[in-house]
Amino acid sequence: MNAAVQFVHEQLTGKKEFPKFKAGDNITVNYKIIEGGKERIQSFRGDVIKRQGQGHTATFTVRKISDGVGVERTFPIYSPNIESIELNKTGLVRRAKLYFLRERSGKSARIKEKRVNTAATAVAQ
Amino acid sequence: MTSIFSQDGKQTACTIIEAGPCIVTQVKTTETDGYNAIQLAYGDKNEKHTIAAEKNHFAKANTAAKKFVKEFRNYFTEKNLGDAITVDIFAEGEKVDVVGTTKGKGFQGVVKRHGFSGVGEQSHGQHDRQRAPGSIGNSSDASRVFKGMRMAGRMGNDRVKVKSLKILKVFPDKNYILVNGSVPGHNGAIVYIQK
Repeated sequence: MNAAVQFVHEQLTGKKEFPKFKAGDNITVNYKIIEGGKERIQSFRGDVIKRQGQGHTATFTVRKISDGVGVERTFPIYSPNIESIELNKTGLVRRAKLYFLRERSGKSARIKEKRVNTAATAVAQ
Repeated sequence: MTSIFSQDGKQTACTIIEAGPCIVTQVKTTETDGYNAIQLAYGDKNEKHTIAAEKNHFAKANTAAKKFVKEFRNYFTEKNLGDAITVDIFAEGEKVDVVGTTKGKGFQGVVKRHGFSGVGEQSHGQHDRQRAPGSIGNSSDASRVFKGMRMAGRMGNDRVKVKSLKILKVFPDKNYILVNGSVPGHNGAIVYIQK
């Protein structure tokens, strides 16, 4: 990336500590909302269908089914309004952009969970 | 171009401009030249590619050879030969005009170049002229095409001034300024900033 762009963002954009996530993962985004001068936190839980962009302007899109209607929401990763991100499930998918989920519903729209053998990794460490 | 977030989470598109240091290489006054101006130079140039005349001109200002030289008329701040002008002259929240050369688009048709709407439908005899300009004038009365008729041709690569861009931030260490919105030209293009 351009050195000037990197320098400016190092100065202006705050650092964020989030769990690593990618397309296919199920996450909860806790997002700050200002309503009539009052601030509250709204959580949005769903599957990540894409991560887009690079550096400090990158975004990710979360898709969920709300009352039978698909809802997608795109968040800028470095937005100061993102309070926190929780990783609920790691998905087992073969591609980076899961647009095919839009045409699917019900059982076929589910993402298989990637099971990590925590005991084995603990021993390895 | 990039974008930054404000404290309340609003994202603003902005451009980083490296503004200086510009060296004063010539001072013109009403007595000597008939008008007031200063000449600024920016960007180092390879010594090998510098002709002797240029070398001596820059030597007068006691500086290395520079790539870009531009005269600014009616510059009323007192400056001497060899002075460096940096981003210190800009302040946050100030409005500036930016002049630059837009990206060249090559030979373009009327739809892209002048915003014509094209034919609008694919059927009713429009076999292969969806983006054609249509009629360019009358028949016997006039019997000619008027001057200035908008047609296809070279697009872009024009000198353009973008007015009243707000300075969001000044970085004195690196000589960067951050202006709101976009400026003409490709990445790394040279632009002139007017206050």
